[in-house]
Amino acid sequence: MPKDGGIGASVKRREDVRFLTGKGRYTDDINIRGQLYAFFLRSDVAHGRLKSVDTAAASDMPGVVRIFTAADFAGVGGIPCGWQVTDRFGKVMQEPKHPVLADGKVRHVGDPIAMVVAETLDQARDAAEAIRVEIEELPPVLNMKDALKPDAPKVHDELTSNLCYDWGFVEENREAVAKAFEGAAHHITLDLVNNRLVANPMEPRVAVGDYEDHSGMHTLYTTSQNPHVIRLLMGAFVLGIPESKLRVVAPDVGGGFGSKIYHYAEEAAVTFAAKQVKRPVKWTASRSEAFISDAQGRDHLTRIELALDKDHNFLALRTETHANMGAYLSTFAPSIPTWLHGTLMAGNYKTPLVYVNVKAVFTNTVPVDAYRGAGRPEATYQLERIIDKAARELGVDPVELRRKNFIQPDQFPYQTPVAVVYDTGNYQATMDKLLELSDHAGFAARAEESKKRGRLRGFGIAHYIEACGIAPSNLVGQLGARAGLYESATVRVNATGSITIFTGSHSHGQGHETTFAQVVAEMIGIDASQVEIVHGDTSNSPMGMGTYGSRSLAVGGSAMVKATNKIINKAKKIASHLLEASEQDIEFKDGKFTVAGTDRSKTWVDITLAAYVPHNYPLESLEPGLEETAFYDPSNFTYPAGAYGCELEIDPDTGKVTILAFTAADDFGNVVNPMIVEGQVHGGLAQGIGQAMLENCVFDENGQLLSGSFMDYAMPRADDLPFFKVDHSCITPCTHNPLGVKGCGEAGAIGSPPAVVNAVIDALQRGGYSHIDHIDMPVSPARVWAAMHQR
Amino acid sequence: MTKVSMTVNGKSVSGEVEGRTLLSSFLRDGLGLTGTHIGCDTSQCGACVVHVDGRAVKSCTVFALDVAGAQVKTIEGMANPDGSLSVLQQAFQDNHGLQCGFCTPGMVMSAAALLADNPSPTEAEVRHGLEGNICRCTGYHNIVKAVLQASGQDVSKIAAE
Ligand code: FES
Ligand code: FES
Repeated sequence: MPKDGGIGASVKRREDVRFLTGKGRYTDDINIRGQLYAFFLRSDVAHGRLKSVDTAAASDMPGVVRIFTAADFAGVGGIPCGWQVTDRFGKVMQEPKHPVLADGKVRHVGDPIAMVVAETLDQARDAAEAIRVEIEELPPVLNMKDALKPDAPKVHDELTSNLCYDWGFVEENREAVAKAFEGAAHHITLDLVNNRLVANPMEPRVAVGDYEDHSGMHTLYTTSQNPHVIRLLMGAFVLGIPESKLRVVAPDVGGGFGSKIYHYAEEAAVTFAAKQVKRPVKWTASRSEAFISDAQGRDHLTRIELALDKDHNFLALRTETHANMGAYLSTFAPSIPTWLHGTLMAGNYKTPLVYVNVKAVFTNTVPVDAYRGAGRPEATYQLERIIDKAARELGVDPVELRRKNFIQPDQFPYQTPVAVVYDTGNYQATMDKLLELSDHAGFAARAEESKKRGRLRGFGIAHYIEACGIAPSNLVGQLGARAGLYESATVRVNATGSITIFTGSHSHGQGHETTFAQVVAEMIGIDASQVEIVHGDTSNSPMGMGTYGSRSLAVGGSAMVKATNKIINKAKKIASHLLEASEQDIEFKDGKFTVAGTDRSKTWVDITLAAYVPHNYPLESLEPGLEETAFYDPSNFTYPAGAYGCELEIDPDTGKVTILAFTAADDFGNVVNPMIVEGQVHGGLAQGIGQAMLENCVFDENGQLLSGSFMDYAMPRADDLPFFKVDHSCITPCTHNPLGVKGCGEAGAIGSPPAVVNAVIDALQRGGYSHIDHIDMPVSPARVWAAMHQR
Repeated sequence: MTKVSMTVNGKSVSGEVEGRTLLSSFLRDGLGLTGTHIGCDTSQCGACVVHVDGRAVKSCTVFALDVAGAQVKTIEGMANPDGSLSVLQQAFQDNHGLQCGFCTPGMVMSAAALLADNPSPTEAEVRHGLEGNICRCTGYHNIVKAVLQASGQDVSKIAAE
């Protein structure tokens, strides 16, 4: 049994009280005296030459303070990209310029052309309408394959083509994989689209820039998952402001899902403008603006091939993917279809040979970057779809085909053919758990019952693995990352024993204020209410890399544990002095320091007081105070894995798919707060099911975003989803971080799309539509119905 | 600019607004009640839901002038008089019905109106009733559970936590 409030307890979230009473403090809730409002005039064409931007008339409009165009930013840098991928020929990727405001050309609908700063938002918006922009329209580049044709128009004139890179992994295996296919008994092929998605956290992006003339200090309040990263990128690469003069604050943030990792032009623009106009400048995105300016997700076209021997052992896997980068390289964009995707193509399986080819392509569309799962959903989707297809073509049970090829529990640590080493796992166990919880055995009877009602019932399974706890800095450095991926924590013990923790992780829904406090409270043996978690402000926390890639507890939590251990070590020294015993004899348990084998002891508060009121204190050998900082750089990724099952019905008259049950059996390693972990899985499942059934980002032939609002982009709503069955009782603790945790934030979004599509195909094939072996996501009624009637 | 007066969370308030000022802006910018959130510009997300004369209304969809004289209730007015969480708010916390908290005010206001109309809804009725509120974080599982629990129903049988 976990201790009350300790590790393993479903402690209720302390942050909820402010959110439930309207007292959350999100960026848009921040208003600074004298603040002006920014409005961005954006391109309404996908591709064009910017002939002129005439702001004369607009500048005279009421309330207008200043209008900024590209010329104003001539002296600053462009928006940087944080990852440089090297292609399969050893050449670095093509990296275009990304100006803060469009310069010379506009490259996607939504590309910002000018920023109006005015006394009110309405005045700024009115003035933007009066700006005269002359654009010579150019043919837009939209389709990735067309974009690579030699005569295709170029998104970036200064590049040799629209190809960002042509990446091969593992390049040395290319020939061996081809050979394996030649001799294979079975060769399965599948063409897939991983549909483009919009992250759509419910809070749109906001940025407020402030500048203090007397100190030269800049402050940016922004909706970010990683304020330190923004400070580094914007300060060092765009505006040339030293970290000491730049504070970035990300207060309560209303969800991120990846889209708030990146450094965006609007952040730099308001920070820059605040100094120019000597007043705070606030920008709040409308939802329509978010649809054309937030980095989007996925958008891969893939051919995947699987070779099997006559006994159905996987021999080799080969993929060719086109990955859409959009018009510019967003912060981590190049790494997503490569290192976060190719390295997962072994999945949970023993496939000895893997070759992944990815062509990243520039198009006249909104930039694409990480979205919940980032690369790993794409890998899992391909793999779990082709395994299902193979099972059907070979006439074997998809569960058994997976089981046969699983890396077996006694094979860990397991070196995959795609560089990574899985430390631990037990995929048979998660599969068993799934089959049990979903009553797989009873499916046939349920399918019969559906049939009587004229419905087609299907069951789909997927097993996923992901690489989380991102990431070992030295490794990612070799792979092209331009940043380290450690995390930091400062543990400040106060004189009366309470603890303030400053973490570089950022919580925007994950509940760190609760879970991080649980961990430290248990380590020290005090009540969690004595532990306060502070995050989101570069002025008080050590340099940290923020929250994404399911890394907060695995990396940020580890930094916190490390710093807390330093605290405990020092506290023991103080205790040994006060108790006049040798340090080795001091035992620390439940907030008490005891001399082993005696009843002589000091409480936690005795020690913390002594540290700050060092009257009786070993000053010659120990500094006063009790505050420690630690940085933790993981030695490996963590590898959460799990089995997901989807049971659904199709109405053959309409093609409508209804999910009846969804079960998730995950191995997240150790769990600190089961309630929160389950909530993370629920949210991930909703997004994955959303991708599979509803969501789709569609551009027309002119590059206009057709799905540009919640009226056209189908977000999952309460009545689209069932209650979920989730379980995390299969535990193989991570072997290389102190908490044994693996991360749970992205799993749901990774494992669920193939489970849904596999279930749809299962239902259709059982219902006699044996010609249907694939339908692209989202499996809308129209697509399902069309497939059924396309004999 | 025109003067508008109304009662918000039991207090009479007034302010100067333009004809185009939305109730949501009046609450947020005029009165500093920032618990009412703006999640979209097409009346689709429900983050802005408040009660006007007891009915759930998307405050981004009505002009401040249109509710002159009305009784308006926002998330800031939902706790018990002693400041403790109301039954519905407490059910959200107990069931982990919120993550980032951004949809939460609108979700609570919609759910409160739903329960006022239908004190013992079925799961399907709750899902249907909350269909105008988008939550990107929770997958709705724990929200639906919270609303069912707030209505006095036993939710212990519902899968997982
Ligand atoms: S802000 Fe009112 S419905 Fe979205
Ligand atoms: S809790 Fe984040 S949108 Fe609902």
